[in-house]
Amino acid sequence: MDLQIALLLGQDGITNGAIYALLSLALVLVFTVTRVIFIPQGEFVAFGALTLASLQAGKLPGTLWLLIALAIAAAAVDIVCALRDGQAQRIPKVLAVNCALPAALAALLSIVPAASLPLALQVVLTLALVVPLGPLLYRLVFQPIAEASVLVLLIVSVSVHVTLSGLALYFFGAEGSRTPAFTDATFEIGDALIQGQTLLVVCASFTLIAALYFFFERTLWGKALRATAMNRTGARLMGISATSAGKLSFSLAALIGAFSGVLISPITTIYYDSGFLIGLKGFVGAIFGGMASYPLAAAGAILVGLLESYSSFWASAYKEVIVFTLIIPVLVWRSLTTRHTEEEE
Amino acid sequence: MQAGDKPTILEVSDLSVSYGKVEALHGIALKIRAGEIVTVIGPNGAGKTTLLSALMGLLPARGDIVYLGQRQGAEREVESLVRQGMTLVPEKRELFGEMSVEDNLLLGAFDRYRAGQRDHAETMAQVFDTFPRLRERRTQLAGTLSGGERQMLAMGRALMARPKLLMLDEPSLGLAPLIIKEIFRIVAELKKTGVSILLVEQNARAALAVADYGYVLETGEVSLEGPSGELANDPRVIESYLGLGGRH
Repeated sequence: MDLQIALLLGQDGITNGAIYALLSLALVLVFTVTRVIFIPQGEFVAFGALTLASLQAGKLPGTLWLLIALAIAAAAVDIVCALRDGQAQRIPKVLAVNCALPAALAALLSIVPAASLPLALQVVLTLALVVPLGPLLYRLVFQPIAEASVLVLLIVSVSVHVTLSGLALYFFGAEGSRTPAFTDATFEIGDALIQGQTLLVVCASFTLIAALYFFFERTLWGKALRATAMNRTGARLMGISATSAGKLSFSLAALIGAFSGVLISPITTIYYDSGFLIGLKGFVGAIFGGMASYPLAAAGAILVGLLESYSSFWASAYKEVIVFTLIIPVLVWRSLTTRHTEEEE
Repeated sequence: MQAGDKPTILEVSDLSVSYGKVEALHGIALKIRAGEIVTVIGPNGAGKTTLLSALMGLLPARGDIVYLGQRQGAEREVESLVRQGMTLVPEKRELFGEMSVEDNLLLGAFDRYRAGQRDHAETMAQVFDTFPRLRERRTQLAGTLSGGERQMLAMGRALMARPKLLMLDEPSLGLAPLIIKEIFRIVAELKKTGVSILLVEQNARAALAVADYGYVLETGEVSLEGPSGELANDPRVIESYLGLGGRH
């Protein structure tokens, strides 16, 4: 391997690593706030990429039907709850909150030919279609069992993953999609040729990471989410409801997932089930951070990206094996170095 | 006592709480009027913490709870009670250990902030005046504070909500005598701000000294009640809780 190939592989590794880093942050966020190990995280990547691809192909993405179905189900559940509490006056608000966005999107997509819109608007439309799935899934699936054990939550999480990837197959078909590059620009730095798209992915990822950092450190809602992660009872006593915190963390996770999907779809061909492997690599990163530390998770995810890239050069048939074997030394290292603290629940 | 002229903040009657089949509290009745300090004393395991958790909506309870003139339904939620000005400083403090003192206090005002009240800086200055030690430690992580400071932070955080009813669960637990004295001095001072306080304590002597009215809770039932001056002179209380008798 000469320097040029090494640089090329490094560039590839960092690009993928940046995406894994985003996903690992989402996994840490969802786990610390709701104790859900969010296996369907990768599905949001696939839904993001494939929704954008079908918008560009001039097709109506099936995501819209899923969004409408989930919104109607959530509205029905909320109405039943309102009636049980004897608060029928809440029904119009419940309907508006749950159904306004899906209805608006359905109307918009039936009028405007999405394929002819500029790319930026297509991306916004994609995010508007995919991101609300996060809080809706929380409302329908995880909120009713919020007090269940981590194992139960994990099993439910796996079933959501299987369901969503089945739906993705139904909506988008078995063929993969690749969207056109956002930019064709290339830069030459010394021997290395840097693709504009690669640079864009890395920059966008780090901008989002910086935005998340700002959100958690500087805004009251960000602090409220961290507080819920640190001490659930303490947070409830401050009036921070576990339900709002859960919905907010799922919304952020869906946003991160869909955004990652939009970013990588010009680099990699995404199939209906591609999200799972991508999400799992983010998970390996999250394990680095013990499912608790954001910086360690991001660093671990970038290491996963680099390792994957270099191992694809030397032993491409084993690249997944090598990446996932990494989890064993990491677990050994973590169990040897972390003090085991008794959690008071 | 001018019993009639102060409005009632909280009135509880026939309150029962069960853990599975075990009934931890039965038939509790108590009343707190505006600006009063009411204390519940009793031995370990009498159900004092259970009582506060049930009032705060952390545990399901049966019976009548009337808070601020409104009967509470079965589906009382912690979050909506916080919105109505009820706060609990729990026995375990439940601080956000990896956040600074300042951020812990700020989150105490979370609900008011969300409701559009942006006077938390002013409230925080008042809290710092009450607990000058917290001002010195404002950038320190809550997890690194001493026991007394942690209790002060927990109380300060509760005060950030500008509560109508402040419930304190064993504020003296595990603290050095000098700090306990300081905490009770502050509790007495808080009374002047008009907040009503429900104080649960094992340290009966200190609690009765600051309270207006007291209840003795034993094995899940109220066994005695009365103005705290009378309770402090009651031979049964002296024998069991004030330790003056010493003839066992």
